[in-house]
Amino acid sequence: MPNYAILHEKPECLYEDYERKSELHRQTHYCPGCGHGIVHKLLAEAITELGIQDRTILISPVGCSVFAYYYFDVGNVQVAHGRAAAVATAVKRAHPHSIVISYQGDGDLAAIGSAEILHCANRGENITTIFVNNAIYGMTGGQMAPTTLLGQKTTTSPTGRDFHHDGAPMKVGEMLSALDGPTYIERVSLGNVKQIMLARKAIRKALETQIAGLGFSLVEFLSPCPTIWKLDPVDAQKHVHDVMEKHYPLGVKCDRIAERTAPPEPAPMTPLTDLPRILRLPSTEPAPLHFSEEPLDWRIRVAGFGGQGVLLLGQLLAEAGMDAGLHVSWLPSYGPEMRSGTSNCHVRLCSSEIDSPVVSRPNALLALNEPSLRKFIATVEPGGVVIYNGDSIPADCSRHDLRIVAQPFAEIADSLGSAKALNIVMLGAFLSLSHALPDSPIESALKRLVKSERWLELDRRALAVGRERVPAEEFVHA
Amino acid sequence: MFIENANGDRGYVEINPEECKGCGLCVASCVPKVLHMADRLNHLGYHPAQYLGHGCNGCGLCFYTCPEPGALRVFKREAAAA
Ligand SMILES: Cc1ncc(C[n+]2csc(CCOP(=O)(O)OP(=O)(O)O)c2C)c(N)n1
Ligand code: SF4
Ligand code: SF4
Ligand code: SF4
Ligand SMILES: [Mg+2]
Repeated sequence: MPNYAILHEKPECLYEDYERKSELHRQTHYCPGCGHGIVHKLLAEAITELGIQDRTILISPVGCSVFAYYYFDVGNVQVAHGRAAAVATAVKRAHPHSIVISYQGDGDLAAIGSAEILHCANRGENITTIFVNNAIYGMTGGQMAPTTLLGQKTTTSPTGRDFHHDGAPMKVGEMLSALDGPTYIERVSLGNVKQIMLARKAIRKALETQIAGLGFSLVEFLSPCPTIWKLDPVDAQKHVHDVMEKHYPLGVKCDRIAERTAPPEPAPMTPLTDLPRILRLPSTEPAPLHFSEEPLDWRIRVAGFGGQGVLLLGQLLAEAGMDAGLHVSWLPSYGPEMRSGTSNCHVRLCSSEIDSPVVSRPNALLALNEPSLRKFIATVEPGGVVIYNGDSIPADCSRHDLRIVAQPFAEIADSLGSAKALNIVMLGAFLSLSHALPDSPIESALKRLVKSERWLELDRRALAVGRERVPAEEFVHA
Repeated sequence: MFIENANGDRGYVEINPEECKGCGLCVASCVPKVLHMADRLNHLGYHPAQYLGHGCNGCGLCFYTCPEPGALRVFKREAAAA
Protein backbone atom coordinates (compact mmCIF):
# COMPACT_ATOMS: atom_id res chain seq x y z
CA MET A 1 0.00 0.00 0.00
CA PRO A 2 1.46 3.41 -0.97
CA ASN A 3 2.08 6.16 1.56
CA TYR A 4 0.84 9.71 1.18
CA ALA A 5 2.37 12.99 2.31
CA ILE A 6 0.54 16.26 2.91
CA LEU A 7 1.08 18.48 -0.11
CA HIS A 8 -1.11 21.46 0.78
CA GLU A 9 -2.79 22.44 4.01
CA LYS A 10 -3.64 25.58 5.95
CA PRO A 11 -0.38 27.58 6.13
CA GLU A 12 1.31 27.84 9.52
CA CYS A 13 1.06 31.61 9.41
CA LEU A 14 -2.71 31.37 9.98
CA TYR A 15 -3.92 30.54 13.48
CA GLU A 16 -5.26 27.08 14.13
CA ASP A 17 -8.30 28.57 15.87
CA TYR A 18 -9.58 32.08 15.31
CA GLU A 19 -10.32 33.81 18.60
CA ARG A 20 -13.47 35.66 17.68
CA LYS A 21 -16.42 36.85 19.68
CA SER A 22 -19.09 34.38 18.62
CA GLU A 23 -18.76 30.80 17.38
CA LEU A 24 -17.16 29.99 14.00
CA HIS A 25 -13.75 29.71 15.58
CA ARG A 26 -12.50 27.73 12.62
CA GLN A 27 -14.09 29.64 9.74
CA THR A 28 -13.25 33.06 8.42
CA HIS A 29 -16.00 35.69 8.52
CA TYR A 30 -15.97 36.00 4.74
CA CYS A 31 -18.93 35.07 2.54
CA PRO A 32 -18.72 31.80 0.57
CA GLY A 33 -16.57 32.35 -2.50
CA CYS A 34 -15.11 35.68 -1.32
CA GLY A 35 -11.75 36.57 -2.85
CA HIS A 36 -10.39 37.81 0.49
CA GLY A 37 -10.19 34.21 1.74
CA ILE A 38 -8.11 33.17 -1.26
CA VAL A 39 -5.81 36.17 -0.92
CA HIS A 40 -5.38 35.39 2.79
CA LYS A 41 -4.37 31.85 1.98
CA LEU A 42 -1.89 32.87 -0.73
CA LEU A 43 -0.39 35.58 1.45
CA ALA A 44 -0.11 33.29 4.48
CA GLU A 45 1.54 30.60 2.41
CA ALA A 46 4.11 33.05 1.04
CA ILE A 47 4.90 34.44 4.51
CA THR A 48 5.34 30.94 5.90
CA GLU A 49 7.47 29.71 3.02
CA LEU A 50 9.69 32.78 2.90
CA GLY A 51 10.40 32.31 6.60
CA ILE A 52 9.36 35.86 7.55
CA GLN A 53 6.43 35.13 9.86
CA ASP A 54 8.25 36.29 12.99
CA ARG A 55 9.17 39.65 11.53
CA THR A 56 6.01 40.40 9.59
CA ILE A 57 3.67 43.20 10.62
CA LEU A 58 0.32 43.19 8.84
CA ILE A 59 -1.74 46.34 8.56
CA SER A 60 -5.47 45.53 8.46
CA PRO A 61 -7.71 48.14 6.83
CA VAL A 62 -11.34 49.13 7.21
CA GLY A 63 -13.49 47.08 4.85
CA CYS A 64 -14.51 43.42 4.83
CA SER A 65 -10.89 42.51 5.63
CA VAL A 66 -10.91 44.63 8.81
CA PHE A 67 -10.50 41.43 10.83
CA ALA A 68 -7.42 40.12 8.99
CA TYR A 69 -5.69 40.20 12.37
CA TYR A 70 -7.99 37.43 13.59
CA TYR A 71 -6.35 35.07 11.14
CA PHE A 72 -2.71 35.97 10.67
CA ASP A 73 -0.31 34.90 13.39
CA VAL A 74 2.02 37.86 12.82
CA GLY A 75 2.35 41.34 14.30
CA ASN A 76 -0.90 43.18 13.60
CA VAL A 77 -2.13 46.75 13.47
CA GLN A 78 -5.67 47.66 12.46
CA VAL A 79 -5.89 51.20 11.17
CA ALA A 80 -8.42 53.92 10.32
CA HIS A 81 -10.11 53.84 6.92
CA GLY A 82 -7.65 54.60 4.11
CA ARG A 83 -4.63 55.18 6.33
CA ALA A 84 -2.90 51.81 5.86
CA ALA A 85 -0.10 53.16 3.66
CA ALA A 86 0.68 55.96 6.13
CA VAL A 87 0.73 53.63 9.12
CA ALA A 88 2.76 51.07 7.18
CA THR A 89 5.31 53.81 6.49
CA ALA A 90 5.58 54.64 10.18
CA VAL A 91 5.84 50.99 11.21
CA LYS A 92 8.51 50.27 8.62
CA ARG A 93 10.56 53.31 9.54
CA ALA A 94 10.36 52.54 13.23
CA HIS A 95 11.16 48.86 12.63
CA PRO A 96 13.28 48.80 9.49
CA HIS A 97 14.01 45.08 9.74
CA SER A 98 10.38 44.07 9.87
CA ILE A 99 8.40 43.02 6.81
CA VAL A 100 5.42 45.35 6.57
CA ILE A 101 2.38 44.27 4.57
CA SER A 102 -0.42 46.71 4.04
CA TYR A 103 -3.72 45.01 3.12
CA GLN A 104 -6.35 47.25 1.51
CA GLY A 105 -9.65 47.07 -0.36
CA ASP A 106 -10.46 49.27 -3.33
CA GLY A 107 -12.69 51.65 -1.38
CA ASP A 108 -10.04 51.92 1.30
CA LEU A 109 -7.10 52.43 -1.07
CA ALA A 110 -8.56 54.16 -4.12
CA ALA A 111 -11.18 56.40 -2.47
CA ILE A 112 -10.55 57.64 1.07
CA GLY A 113 -6.89 56.50 1.06
CA SER A 114 -5.89 57.77 -2.38
CA ALA A 115 -3.52 60.44 -1.05
CA GLU A 116 -1.78 58.06 1.35
CA ILE A 117 -1.07 55.34 -1.22
CA LEU A 118 0.03 57.84 -3.87
CA HIS A 119 2.68 59.38 -1.64
CA CYS A 120 3.73 56.09 -0.09
CA ALA A 121 4.34 54.68 -3.58
CA ASN A 122 6.02 57.85 -4.73
CA ARG A 123 8.38 57.78 -1.76
CA GLY A 124 9.19 54.21 -2.70
CA GLU A 125 8.58 53.04 0.87
CA ASN A 126 9.98 49.56 1.31
CA ILE A 127 6.62 47.95 2.08
CA THR A 128 4.27 45.58 0.24
CA THR A 129 0.67 46.50 -0.50
CA ILE A 130 -1.91 43.79 -1.07
CA PHE A 131 -4.68 45.56 -2.94
CA VAL A 132 -7.96 43.64 -3.22
CA ASN A 133 -10.07 45.21 -5.97
CA ASN A 134 -13.63 43.89 -6.03
CA ALA A 135 -14.99 47.05 -7.72
CA ILE A 136 -17.29 47.80 -4.80
CA TYR A 137 -17.57 48.83 -1.16
CA GLY A 138 -18.30 45.35 0.17
CA MET A 139 -18.46 45.91 3.89
CA THR A 140 -20.97 48.74 3.82
CA GLY A 141 -23.38 46.97 1.50
CA GLY A 142 -22.35 47.80 -2.04
CA GLN A 143 -21.73 51.48 -2.75
CA MET A 144 -19.87 52.59 -5.87
CA ALA A 145 -16.07 52.65 -5.55
CA PRO A 146 -13.64 54.55 -7.81
CA THR A 147 -12.94 51.12 -9.31
CA THR A 148 -16.59 50.22 -10.06
CA LEU A 149 -17.00 49.28 -13.73
CA LEU A 150 -18.95 51.44 -16.18
CA GLY A 151 -22.54 50.28 -16.22
CA GLN A 152 -22.17 48.41 -12.93
CA LYS A 153 -25.19 48.86 -10.68
CA THR A 154 -24.49 49.70 -7.07
CA THR A 155 -26.58 51.22 -4.30
CA THR A 156 -25.18 54.65 -5.18
CA SER A 157 -25.32 54.14 -8.97
CA PRO A 158 -28.63 52.31 -9.21
CA THR A 159 -28.88 52.69 -12.97
CA GLY A 160 -25.26 51.76 -13.52
CA ARG A 161 -22.04 53.76 -13.33
CA ASP A 162 -22.17 56.54 -15.89
CA PHE A 163 -18.95 57.95 -17.33
CA HIS A 164 -20.39 61.45 -17.70
CA HIS A 165 -21.59 61.51 -14.13
CA ASP A 166 -19.13 59.30 -12.23
CA GLY A 167 -15.96 59.26 -14.31
CA ALA A 168 -14.04 56.17 -15.31
CA PRO A 169 -12.98 53.14 -13.26
CA MET A 170 -9.63 53.94 -11.68
CA LYS A 171 -6.69 51.81 -12.81
CA VAL A 172 -4.61 51.91 -9.68
CA GLY A 173 -1.80 49.65 -10.90
CA GLU A 174 -1.18 51.77 -14.01
CA MET A 175 -1.63 55.02 -12.14
CA LEU A 176 0.97 54.23 -9.47
CA SER A 177 3.33 52.77 -12.05
CA ALA A 178 3.43 56.16 -13.78
CA LEU A 179 5.40 57.36 -10.73
CA ASP A 180 9.13 56.73 -10.54
CA GLY A 181 8.98 55.66 -6.89
CA PRO A 182 7.55 52.11 -7.01
CA THR A 183 9.76 49.10 -7.71
CA TYR A 184 7.29 46.38 -8.58
CA ILE A 185 3.57 46.52 -9.38
CA GLU A 186 1.52 43.73 -10.92
CA ARG A 187 -2.19 43.15 -11.50
CA VAL A 188 -3.38 39.58 -11.08
CA SER A 189 -6.77 37.95 -11.03
CA LEU A 190 -8.71 35.40 -9.03
CA GLY A 191 -10.84 34.74 -12.12
CA ASN A 192 -9.82 31.11 -12.47
CA VAL A 193 -7.37 28.70 -10.94
CA LYS A 194 -4.70 29.35 -13.54
CA GLN A 195 -4.78 33.06 -12.69
CA ILE A 196 -4.73 32.23 -8.99
CA MET A 197 -1.49 30.30 -9.48
CA LEU A 198 0.01 33.37 -11.20
CA ALA A 199 -1.23 35.55 -8.32
CA ARG A 200 0.63 33.24 -5.96
CA LYS A 201 3.87 33.98 -7.78
CA ALA A 202 3.25 37.73 -7.79
CA ILE A 203 2.83 37.85 -4.00
CA ARG A 204 6.16 36.14 -3.58
CA LYS A 205 7.90 38.48 -5.96
CA ALA A 206 6.47 41.48 -4.13
CA LEU A 207 7.58 40.19 -0.74
CA GLU A 208 11.01 39.28 -2.06
CA THR A 209 11.35 42.85 -3.33
CA GLN A 210 10.77 44.11 0.19
CA ILE A 211 13.01 41.50 1.81
CA ALA A 212 15.85 42.57 -0.49
CA GLY A 213 15.22 46.19 0.55
CA LEU A 214 14.45 47.28 -3.00
CA GLY A 215 11.43 49.47 -2.30
CA PHE A 216 7.70 49.71 -2.85
CA SER A 217 5.77 46.72 -4.19
CA LEU A 218 2.05 46.29 -4.80
CA VAL A 219 -0.08 43.45 -6.10
CA GLU A 220 -3.58 44.32 -7.29
CA PHE A 221 -6.02 41.40 -7.17
CA LEU A 222 -9.18 41.41 -9.27
CA SER A 223 -11.36 39.69 -6.73
CA PRO A 224 -14.91 38.34 -6.56
CA CYS A 225 -17.54 39.67 -4.17
CA PRO A 226 -20.36 37.20 -4.83
CA THR A 227 -22.63 38.66 -2.15
CA ILE A 228 -22.81 42.23 -3.37
CA TRP A 229 -22.58 41.28 -7.02
CA LYS A 230 -25.54 38.95 -6.40
CA LEU A 231 -23.86 36.10 -8.25
CA ASP A 232 -23.20 32.60 -7.00
CA PRO A 233 -19.53 32.00 -6.21
CA VAL A 234 -18.74 30.13 -9.42
CA ASP A 235 -20.41 32.80 -11.58
CA ALA A 236 -18.69 35.55 -9.60
CA GLN A 237 -15.35 33.93 -10.34
CA LYS A 238 -16.26 33.77 -14.03
CA HIS A 239 -17.33 37.42 -13.91
CA VAL A 240 -13.86 38.39 -12.73
CA HIS A 241 -12.34 36.59 -15.69
CA ASP A 242 -14.88 37.51 -18.38
CA VAL A 243 -15.73 41.09 -17.38
CA MET A 244 -13.29 42.60 -14.91
CA GLU A 245 -10.17 41.43 -16.72
CA LYS A 246 -11.41 43.19 -19.88
CA HIS A 247 -11.31 46.57 -18.25
CA TYR A 248 -8.36 45.88 -15.98
CA PRO A 249 -5.56 44.33 -18.06
CA LEU A 250 -3.50 41.81 -16.12
CA GLY A 251 0.25 41.73 -15.93
CA VAL A 252 3.32 43.49 -14.60
CA LYS A 253 2.78 47.27 -14.57
CA CYS A 254 6.28 48.15 -13.50
CA ASP A 255 9.34 46.10 -12.63
CA ARG A 256 12.40 48.12 -11.68
CA ILE A 257 13.87 45.41 -9.48
CA ALA A 258 17.02 45.09 -11.62
CA GLU A 259 17.77 48.80 -11.50
CA ARG A 260 17.21 49.28 -7.76
CA THR A 261 19.67 48.82 -4.93
CA ALA A 262 18.98 48.64 -1.23
CA PRO A 263 19.73 51.89 0.61
CA PRO A 264 22.43 51.84 3.28
CA GLU A 265 21.43 50.54 6.72
CA PRO A 266 19.42 53.18 8.55
CA ALA A 267 21.36 54.93 11.30
CA PRO A 268 20.68 53.36 14.70
CA MET A 269 18.03 55.12 16.70
CA THR A 270 19.17 57.69 19.22
CA PRO A 271 19.08 56.05 22.65
CA LEU A 272 16.46 57.64 24.89
CA THR A 273 19.14 58.33 27.49
CA ASP A 274 20.69 60.77 25.02
CA LEU A 275 17.60 62.94 24.77
CA PRO A 276 18.40 65.23 27.74
CA ARG A 277 21.75 66.04 26.13
CA ILE A 278 20.19 66.75 22.71
CA LEU A 279 17.42 68.86 24.21
CA ARG A 280 19.97 70.51 26.55
CA LEU A 281 17.98 69.53 29.61
CA PRO A 282 19.87 70.21 32.84
CA SER A 283 20.81 66.71 33.98
CA THR A 284 19.48 63.21 34.02
CA GLU A 285 18.68 63.50 37.71
CA PRO A 286 14.97 63.50 38.49
CA ALA A 287 13.51 66.98 38.79
CA PRO A 288 13.49 68.22 42.37
CA LEU A 289 10.17 68.32 44.14
CA HIS A 290 8.74 71.74 44.09
CA PHE A 291 10.14 74.02 46.71
CA SER A 292 7.07 75.09 48.56
CA GLU A 293 4.63 73.08 50.66
CA GLU A 294 1.88 75.53 49.79
CA PRO A 295 -0.32 74.62 46.83
CA LEU A 296 0.70 76.90 44.02
CA ASP A 297 -1.21 78.05 40.96
CA TRP A 298 0.28 80.92 38.97
CA ARG A 299 -1.75 81.92 35.94
CA ILE A 300 0.38 84.44 34.14
CA ARG A 301 -0.27 86.55 31.07
CA VAL A 302 2.72 88.22 29.41
CA ALA A 303 1.86 90.77 26.72
CA GLY A 304 3.59 93.37 24.56
CA PHE A 305 4.77 94.09 21.03
CA GLY A 306 6.35 91.44 18.86
CA GLY A 307 10.13 91.81 19.29
CA GLN A 308 9.99 92.83 22.97
CA GLY A 309 10.85 89.33 24.15
CA VAL A 310 7.35 88.52 25.39
CA LEU A 311 7.50 84.88 24.35
CA LEU A 312 11.01 84.35 25.77
CA LEU A 313 9.93 85.82 29.09
CA GLY A 314 7.03 83.34 29.25
CA GLN A 315 9.24 80.49 28.16
CA LEU A 316 11.81 81.29 30.86
CA LEU A 317 9.08 81.18 33.50
CA ALA A 318 7.77 77.85 32.25
CA GLU A 319 11.19 76.23 31.85
CA ALA A 320 12.31 77.41 35.27
CA GLY A 321 9.03 76.11 36.73
CA MET A 322 9.76 72.75 35.16
CA ASP A 323 13.24 72.68 36.71
CA ALA A 324 11.61 73.50 40.04
CA GLY A 325 9.48 70.36 39.72
CA LEU A 326 6.20 72.15 38.98
CA HIS A 327 3.62 71.36 36.34
CA VAL A 328 3.94 74.04 33.70
CA SER A 329 2.45 75.16 30.41
CA TRP A 330 3.41 77.86 27.93
CA LEU A 331 1.01 78.87 25.21
CA PRO A 332 2.23 81.51 22.77
CA SER A 333 -0.35 83.55 20.92
CA TYR A 334 0.68 86.05 18.30
CA GLY A 335 -0.40 87.65 15.07
CA PRO A 336 1.10 86.95 11.66
CA GLU A 337 3.63 89.82 11.92
CA MET A 338 6.97 88.86 13.41
CA ARG A 339 7.68 92.39 14.62
CA SER A 340 5.55 95.28 15.82
CA GLY A 341 2.38 93.22 15.94
CA THR A 342 0.91 92.29 19.28
CA SER A 343 2.33 89.31 21.04
CA ASN A 344 1.30 87.56 24.20
CA CYS A 345 1.57 84.25 25.95
CA HIS A 346 -0.16 82.25 28.64
CA VAL A 347 1.99 80.63 31.33
CA ARG A 348 0.88 78.32 34.10
CA LEU A 349 3.03 77.17 37.04
CA CYS A 350 1.14 74.69 39.15
CA SER A 351 1.81 72.29 42.02
CA SER A 352 -0.94 70.01 40.67
CA GLU A 353 -1.78 68.89 37.15
CA ILE A 354 -2.83 71.60 34.71
CA ASP A 355 -6.36 71.39 33.33
CA SER A 356 -5.93 73.96 30.57
CA PRO A 357 -2.99 75.99 29.27
CA VAL A 358 -5.32 78.90 28.49
CA VAL A 359 -5.11 81.74 30.99
CA SER A 360 -8.26 83.82 30.73
CA ARG A 361 -8.34 84.96 34.40
CA PRO A 362 -4.69 85.68 35.26
CA ASN A 363 -3.36 86.26 38.76
CA ALA A 364 -0.30 87.92 37.25
CA LEU A 365 -0.01 90.27 34.28
CA LEU A 366 3.31 91.40 32.85
CA ALA A 367 2.43 94.22 30.47
CA LEU A 368 5.35 95.38 28.34
CA ASN A 369 3.44 98.30 26.80
CA GLU A 370 0.35 100.39 27.30
CA PRO A 371 -1.99 98.73 24.78
CA SER A 372 -1.32 95.40 26.48
CA LEU A 373 -2.05 96.87 29.90
CA ARG A 374 -5.33 98.31 28.62
CA LYS A 375 -6.25 95.05 26.96
CA PHE A 376 -5.67 92.72 29.88
CA ILE A 377 -5.84 94.61 33.20
CA ALA A 378 -9.58 94.09 33.54
CA THR A 379 -9.11 90.32 33.34
CA VAL A 380 -6.73 90.11 36.33
CA GLU A 381 -8.12 88.38 39.41
CA PRO A 382 -8.51 90.58 42.53
CA GLY A 383 -5.33 90.38 44.62
CA GLY A 384 -3.31 89.65 41.49
CA VAL A 385 0.07 91.11 40.52
CA VAL A 386 0.61 93.57 37.65
CA ILE A 387 4.07 94.59 36.45
CA TYR A 388 3.87 97.45 33.94
CA ASN A 389 6.59 98.95 31.78
CA GLY A 390 5.73 102.65 32.18
CA ASP A 391 6.22 105.49 34.61
CA SER A 392 2.76 105.15 36.06
CA ILE A 393 -0.53 103.43 35.47
CA PRO A 394 -2.85 105.59 33.32
CA ALA A 395 -5.62 106.85 35.56
CA ASP A 396 -8.41 105.25 33.58
CA CYS A 397 -6.78 101.82 34.01
CA SER A 398 -6.22 101.89 37.72
CA ARG A 399 -7.60 99.24 40.05
CA HIS A 400 -7.30 99.19 43.81
CA ASP A 401 -7.66 95.48 44.31
CA LEU A 402 -4.35 94.64 42.61
CA ARG A 403 -0.68 94.76 43.57
CA ILE A 404 0.74 96.97 40.83
CA VAL A 405 4.31 97.97 40.04
CA ALA A 406 4.84 100.56 37.29
CA GLN A 407 8.41 101.54 36.37
CA PRO A 408 10.21 102.61 33.19
CA PHE A 409 11.75 99.17 32.79
CA ALA A 410 12.80 99.82 29.18
CA GLU A 411 14.93 102.76 30.28
CA ILE A 412 16.41 100.75 33.13
CA ALA A 413 17.36 98.06 30.63
CA ASP A 414 18.78 100.62 28.24
CA SER A 415 21.02 102.03 30.97
CA LEU A 416 22.36 98.47 31.50
CA GLY A 417 23.46 98.28 27.88
CA SER A 418 20.42 97.29 25.84
CA ALA A 419 16.72 98.14 25.92
CA LYS A 420 16.20 94.61 24.69
CA ALA A 421 16.87 93.32 28.19
CA LEU A 422 13.54 94.89 29.21
CA ASN A 423 11.84 91.49 29.45
CA ILE A 424 14.48 90.16 31.85
CA VAL A 425 14.39 93.25 34.09
CA MET A 426 10.63 92.73 34.33
CA LEU A 427 11.15 89.05 35.09
CA GLY A 428 13.43 90.06 37.99
CA ALA A 429 10.79 92.49 39.24
CA PHE A 430 8.07 89.86 39.05
CA LEU A 431 10.14 87.22 40.85
CA SER A 432 11.05 89.62 43.63
CA LEU A 433 7.46 90.64 44.16
CA SER A 434 5.82 87.24 43.82
CA HIS A 435 8.37 84.74 45.14
CA ALA A 436 6.97 82.55 42.38
CA LEU A 437 10.24 80.66 41.83
CA PRO A 438 13.61 80.23 43.56
CA ASP A 439 16.87 81.43 41.98
CA SER A 440 18.52 78.22 40.83
CA PRO A 441 15.88 77.06 38.33
CA ILE A 442 15.78 80.58 36.90
CA GLU A 443 19.53 80.45 36.37
CA SER A 444 19.38 77.00 34.76
CA ALA A 445 16.54 78.02 32.43
CA LEU A 446 18.37 81.19 31.48
CA LYS A 447 21.50 79.22 30.66
CA ARG A 448 19.51 76.83 28.51
CA LEU A 449 17.54 79.40 26.55
CA VAL A 450 20.08 82.18 26.15
CA LYS A 451 22.77 80.81 23.90
CA SER A 452 25.20 83.72 23.69
CA GLU A 453 27.62 84.35 26.55
CA ARG A 454 27.40 88.11 26.10
CA TRP A 455 23.61 88.11 26.39
CA LEU A 456 23.69 85.69 29.29
CA GLU A 457 25.93 88.03 31.20
CA LEU A 458 23.69 91.03 30.40
CA ASP A 459 20.55 89.09 31.35
CA ARG A 460 22.02 88.10 34.72
CA ARG A 461 22.64 91.77 35.48
CA ALA A 462 19.16 92.68 34.20
CA LEU A 463 17.60 90.09 36.46
CA ALA A 464 19.49 91.43 39.50
CA VAL A 465 18.57 95.03 38.76
CA GLY A 466 14.93 94.09 38.29
CA ARG A 467 14.94 92.42 41.71
CA GLU A 468 16.62 95.45 43.34
CA ARG A 469 14.17 97.89 41.78
CA VAL A 470 11.23 96.08 43.25
CA PRO A 471 12.01 94.83 46.75
CA ALA A 472 9.70 92.08 47.87
CA GLU A 473 7.18 94.05 49.90
CA GLU A 474 7.22 97.22 47.89
CA PHE A 475 4.38 97.77 45.57
CA VAL A 476 2.10 100.62 44.86
CA HIS A 477 -1.57 100.86 44.65
CA ALA A 478 -2.18 102.73 41.52
CA MET B 1 1.13 8.56 6.17
CA PHE B 2 -1.04 5.63 5.26
CA ILE B 3 -4.46 6.51 3.92
CA GLU B 4 -6.85 3.62 3.83
CA ASN B 5 -9.15 4.37 0.93
CA ALA B 6 -6.76 6.22 -1.36
CA ASN B 7 -6.80 3.37 -3.83
CA GLY B 8 -3.20 3.91 -4.88
CA ASP B 9 -4.19 7.12 -6.75
CA ARG B 10 -1.54 9.83 -7.23
CA GLY B 11 -3.39 12.09 -4.82
CA TYR B 12 -6.05 12.32 -2.21
CA VAL B 13 -8.11 15.18 -0.75
CA GLU B 14 -9.59 15.54 2.65
CA ILE B 15 -12.40 18.05 3.09
CA ASN B 16 -13.55 19.09 6.53
CA PRO B 17 -17.30 19.24 5.97
CA GLU B 18 -17.84 21.50 8.98
CA GLU B 19 -15.38 24.14 7.78
CA CYS B 20 -16.51 24.14 4.14
CA LYS B 21 -18.86 26.93 3.08
CA GLY B 22 -20.18 25.10 0.04
CA CYS B 23 -19.08 27.69 -2.51
CA GLY B 24 -18.34 25.05 -5.14
CA LEU B 25 -15.15 26.69 -6.43
CA CYS B 26 -13.12 23.55 -5.76
CA VAL B 27 -15.57 21.45 -7.75
CA ALA B 28 -15.25 23.85 -10.69
CA SER B 29 -11.45 23.79 -10.55
CA CYS B 30 -10.96 20.02 -10.51
CA VAL B 31 -9.97 18.76 -13.93
CA PRO B 32 -10.70 15.02 -13.42
CA LYS B 33 -14.04 16.00 -11.82
CA VAL B 34 -13.61 13.98 -8.67
CA LEU B 35 -15.25 16.51 -6.32
CA HIS B 36 -18.96 17.18 -5.93
CA MET B 37 -21.35 18.83 -3.50
CA ALA B 38 -22.86 16.59 -0.85
CA ASP B 39 -26.62 16.27 -0.45
CA ARG B 40 -26.48 16.71 3.32
CA LEU B 41 -26.10 20.08 5.03
CA ASN B 42 -23.32 20.93 7.48
CA HIS B 43 -23.80 22.84 10.75
CA LEU B 44 -23.57 26.14 8.88
CA GLY B 45 -26.38 25.09 6.54
CA TYR B 46 -24.17 24.64 3.49
CA HIS B 47 -23.87 21.60 1.24
CA PRO B 48 -20.19 20.79 1.75
CA ALA B 49 -17.90 19.63 -1.02
CA GLN B 50 -17.08 15.93 -1.04
CA TYR B 51 -14.39 13.78 -2.63
CA LEU B 52 -15.72 10.92 -4.73
CA GLY B 53 -13.01 8.74 -3.19
CA HIS B 54 -10.94 7.94 -6.24
CA GLY B 55 -9.31 9.57 -9.23
CA CYS B 56 -7.52 12.51 -7.55
CA ASN B 57 -4.19 13.30 -9.16
CA GLY B 58 -2.88 15.53 -6.36
CA CYS B 59 -2.64 18.62 -8.57
CA GLY B 60 -3.58 20.92 -5.66
CA LEU B 61 -5.76 23.24 -7.76
CA CYS B 62 -8.77 22.78 -5.51
CA PHE B 63 -6.65 23.90 -2.56
CA TYR B 64 -5.73 27.17 -4.22
CA THR B 65 -9.27 28.09 -5.31
CA CYS B 66 -10.78 27.32 -1.92
CA PRO B 67 -11.37 30.56 0.01
CA GLU B 68 -11.65 28.80 3.37
CA PRO B 69 -8.09 28.29 4.58
CA GLY B 70 -8.72 25.18 6.68
CA ALA B 71 -11.43 23.41 4.68
CA LEU B 72 -9.32 21.33 2.38
CA ARG B 73 -6.05 19.37 2.49
CA VAL B 74 -4.31 17.70 -0.44
CA PHE B 75 -2.09 14.61 -0.12
CA LYS B 76 0.33 13.32 -2.71
CA ARG B 77 1.51 9.74 -3.10
CA GLU B 78 5.13 9.42 -2.00
CA ALA B 79 7.54 8.56 -4.77
CA ALA B 80 9.50 6.02 -2.72
CA ALA B 81 6.44 3.92 -2.07
CA ALA B 82 5.11 4.11 -5.61
C1 LIG C 1 -13.74 57.29 8.02
C2 LIG C 1 -14.70 56.27 7.56
N1 LIG C 1 -15.48 56.53 6.51
C3 LIG C 1 -16.35 55.61 6.06
C4 LIG C 1 -16.45 54.39 6.69
C5 LIG C 1 -17.44 53.37 6.19
N2 LIG C 1 -16.82 52.29 5.43
C6 LIG C 1 -16.49 51.14 6.03
S1 LIG C 1 -15.85 50.03 4.96
C7 LIG C 1 -16.02 51.10 3.66
C8 LIG C 1 -15.64 50.72 2.26
C9 LIG C 1 -14.92 49.45 2.17
O1 LIG C 1 -14.72 49.12 0.84
P1 LIG C 1 -13.40 48.39 0.35
O2 LIG C 1 -12.22 49.10 0.87
O3 LIG C 1 -13.50 48.23 -1.12
O4 LIG C 1 -13.43 46.98 1.12
P2 LIG C 1 -14.27 45.67 0.80
O5 LIG C 1 -15.26 45.61 1.92
O6 LIG C 1 -14.91 45.82 -0.53
O7 LIG C 1 -13.26 44.59 0.85
C10 LIG C 1 -16.57 52.31 4.09
C11 LIG C 1 -16.86 53.44 3.20
C12 LIG C 1 -15.59 54.14 7.79
N3 LIG C 1 -15.60 52.97 8.44
N4 LIG C 1 -14.74 55.08 8.22
S1 SF4 D 1 -19.36 41.27 1.07
FE1 SF4 D 1 -18.06 40.71 -0.65
S2 SF4 D 1 -16.00 41.30 -0.05
FE2 SF4 D 1 -17.24 41.26 1.80
S3 SF4 D 1 -16.96 39.23 2.67
FE3 SF4 D 1 -18.77 39.15 1.39
S4 SF4 D 1 -18.04 38.50 -0.59
FE4 SF4 D 1 -16.27 39.17 0.55
S1 SF4 E 1 -6.03 17.82 -5.99
FE1 SF4 E 1 -6.58 18.19 -8.12
S2 SF4 E 1 -7.42 16.29 -8.82
FE2 SF4 E 1 -7.38 16.15 -6.61
S3 SF4 E 1 -9.40 16.83 -6.01
FE3 SF4 E 1 -8.08 18.63 -5.97
S4 SF4 E 1 -8.34 19.53 -7.99
FE4 SF4 E 1 -9.13 17.46 -8.11
S1 SF4 F 1 -13.86 25.62 -2.30
FE1 SF4 F 1 -13.58 25.20 -0.13
S2 SF4 F 1 -15.31 26.20 0.84
FE2 SF4 F 1 -15.75 26.08 -1.32
S3 SF4 F 1 -16.90 24.20 -1.53
FE3 SF4 F 1 -14.80 23.64 -1.90
S4 SF4 F 1 -14.01 23.07 0.09
FE4 SF4 F 1 -15.90 24.10 0.44
MG1 LIG G 1 -14.01 46.60 -2.26
